[in-house]
Amino acid sequence: MEIENEIRIVFPAKSCNEAMARMTAAVVASQLDPSAAEIIDIKTAVSEAVTNCIVHAYKDDIGKIEMTCRILKGSIFYIKIKDSGCGIQDIKKAMEPLFTTAPDEERAGLGFAVMESFMDSVRVTGGPGKGTCVVMKKRILPRTYRQAGCERNGSDNANERTEQ
Amino acid sequence: MSVKTEITDGKITAYLSGEIDHHNAGPIRNEIDNALEKNHPEELVLDFSEVSFMDSSGIGLVMGRYKLLKELGGRLIIRNAPPAIKKVMKLAGIDLLATIF
Repeated sequence: MEIENEIRIVFPAKSCNEAMARMTAAVVASQLDPSAAEIIDIKTAVSEAVTNCIVHAYKDDIGKIEMTCRILKGSIFYIKIKDSGCGIQDIKKAMEPLFTTAPDEERAGLGFAVMESFMDSVRVTGGPGKGTCVVMKKRILPRTYRQAGCERNGSDNANERTEQ
Repeated sequence: MSVKTEITDGKITAYLSGEIDHHNAGPIRNEIDNALEKNHPEELVLDFSEVSFMDSSGIGLVMGRYKLLKELGGRLIIRNAPPAIKKVMKLAGIDLLATIF
C-alpha cells in the first residue's frame, strides 16, 4: 500500500516514554483529521503495545522500542511497534482476553483485547528470543462522512471531534 | 497525574486527574490503598471526572481496588467516567463488578 508519510522513532523501554509514544502517534494521525474519539482509540492502542514491551518484553532490562507511524493512501493510519525483547511463547494464547503473565503487578491481561477493539486490524509476529512486532491499522473516516452522521466504531459521541 | 482523597463517615472519595497508564498507576494505587487500610470504609468512590486518558493499566487499578474492598467488606463506585474511559471499563466487564455512574 502506498506510503504518503512515515515517521520512525526509537526510544528506551522506560515507562515515562508511554505518554510520549501515544502522543507522537496521535500527532502523526492528526494529519488525517481524525475525530477526538478516533484519536483516543489510537492513543489507547499504542499505550497498550508500548506498555507490553516495557512490562513483558524487557522485564529484566531496558531495551529499545522502535515505533513507525505511517499515513497510507486511502486515509489509513498504520503503526508498527517493535521490540527485541524475550518474545512471546504462544501469541494466540497471549491474545486471549484476561491472559497475563504478570497478575501480581495488577496487569489486567487486556492489552491485545483493547488493541483489537480500538483498531481495525492487529497483527502480531515474533517468537521466543526473536522479539515482538505489533502492526495495527485504522482507517480514519473523512470529515465529510462524519458530518453526514456516518460515525462508526470507537466514536461514542458524534459531536466529539478534533477542531483545527 | 494526581489523586486527592476525601474521607467522610464510612466513605472515601478519590478524585483522580490527568492520565492513568502503567507509568503512574502505582503511585495512585499506593495513595488509595493507604486510605483504605487506615479507614476500612464501607464505600470507595473513584471519581474520574478529571481523567483525560486511561488504558488497561487503569483497569488493573480498578480491579485491584475492587478485590481489596471485597476483602474489607466494602463496595466500589465509579463516578463521572468520560465516554472513552467507560468504553475501556465495559470491555473489561468492570460494569459487572462495580456501580458506574
